[in-house]
Amino acid sequence: MERAKVVIVGGGVGGTFVANLLAKHSDRVEVTVVDATGVHHYQPGLLYVPFGWERPERLRHDERRLLHPAVRLLQAPVERIDVDARQLRLSDGGMLPYDFLVIATGSCPVPEEIPGLAEGSHHFYTEPAAVRLREALHRFEGGRIVVGIAGFPYKCPPAPLEFTLLLDDWLRRRDLRKRTELVFVTPLPQIFSIPTVTPLFEELFARKGISVETFFNTERVEPERRRLVSLEGTELDYDLLVLIPPHRGSPLIDASALGDKGGWVPTDRSTLQVKGHDRLFALGDATDLPVSKSGAAAHFQAPILAQNLLRLIAGQEPDARYDGSVMCLVETGNGKATLLRFNYEQPPQPPRPSLWFRWQKTLLNRLYPALVPKGIALGEFLALLQGKFARTEPFCGSALMEQWSQKVAFPRE
Amino acid sequence: MMVTTLQADKIVDARGAHCPGPLVELIRAIKEVPVGTVVEVWTQEPRTKEDAKAWCERAGHEFLGAFPADGYERVLVRKKR
Repeated sequence: MERAKVVIVGGGVGGTFVANLLAKHSDRVEVTVVDATGVHHYQPGLLYVPFGWERPERLRHDERRLLHPAVRLLQAPVERIDVDARQLRLSDGGMLPYDFLVIATGSCPVPEEIPGLAEGSHHFYTEPAAVRLREALHRFEGGRIVVGIAGFPYKCPPAPLEFTLLLDDWLRRRDLRKRTELVFVTPLPQIFSIPTVTPLFEELFARKGISVETFFNTERVEPERRRLVSLEGTELDYDLLVLIPPHRGSPLIDASALGDKGGWVPTDRSTLQVKGHDRLFALGDATDLPVSKSGAAAHFQAPILAQNLLRLIAGQEPDARYDGSVMCLVETGNGKATLLRFNYEQPPQPPRPSLWFRWQKTLLNRLYPALVPKGIALGEFLALLQGKFARTEPFCGSALMEQWSQKVAFPRE
Repeated sequence: MMVTTLQADKIVDARGAHCPGPLVELIRAIKEVPVGTVVEVWTQEPRTKEDAKAWCERAGHEFLGAFPADGYERVLVRKKR
């Protein structure tokens, strides 16, 4: 039997994980990952770089080493996806045909969307930006630090809150906290977009003396005057600014006319097929799914996508259903963390922050490069930890996860 | 069903979007239109109405009300400054 050609665009969390799951069925599929750089950044680790708690070089992985040996890696920028001809046009002029395509092109911060943001503000969403922020922080001697969200959507929604709480810890350790005013700004009416999570963070911020400005839609940043101006008419001076830029989908999606106005790929929320294109799938940040843009979400989607793709190749209906499950461990300062797990139907109910969750987060960050090449779902691993110690209520997606672990994540060879 | 004679100058369809989507879409639209414009956002999120009302108070715009439609709500706001 001729093997189906599956091409995956993007070697981030979603692309890599799908490739490794499909590679276990290499009798039926021939898997190629196309990635512009061949370097895989473990982005959750960037949160620690500004404080000097993580070295950026440790977050960089050779994509080849993260991929199953049966997966072919093509290091080349893609210029366009030509859906009608079922091929990718590469920037060196080459063409790459496919039978099925997986779009895992992620998202990009676009500070240019807000005047003055690129010049006046820091962030930690890319390695160069995180390193610049580290330098600025280590020069900081006191004053007002404004942290916050400049626009929607942005990757990893809790990250700005985590950063603020870790910053509070870091300033205390350096004996700078007394000389520093911390202000958190958000366009939303509350500190976080999910109401069930809001009280926990409101309490943490209040206890640590971090003031919160809600309904602050940054209209522009004035770098010379070190001032933020909001659409609501508020002005705020700063000495150091860390404002997370809004994100857009990859320019490749725009160039291929596959996205909506934000550059996100319209994706079926259950099957993860691209709407209107049977042979196209998408996952992770690249999609328009109503879940957070994060590696955690991509992890939960990958086994569903792989299963549906294999079914489609076998001429069956893609009947595995993604239920919107995401699970992420969130830093809350003082060496503790909490757990957010939710799906389309159930909002998260974060447990009291504890050292135990923080330990899990550290473990995950360390184990990532070892687990991914084996196609082991981190979500599965996390669920196992939760179930074992039963510190939280039963997870609504647990039955589904059991199903994946049998069928996809740990298939019988 | 309540009927309104209010006419919107711009309609933003945020049906299917989850919080904070509809509010973000409303704010984006208000940012782009001239003063005096009435913007109408279509939402299926029950929270949008209260959020939009609170935002208008804070930002100095006029909250004209929320009106039920077929499976969604029409939230109307006039840009005042």
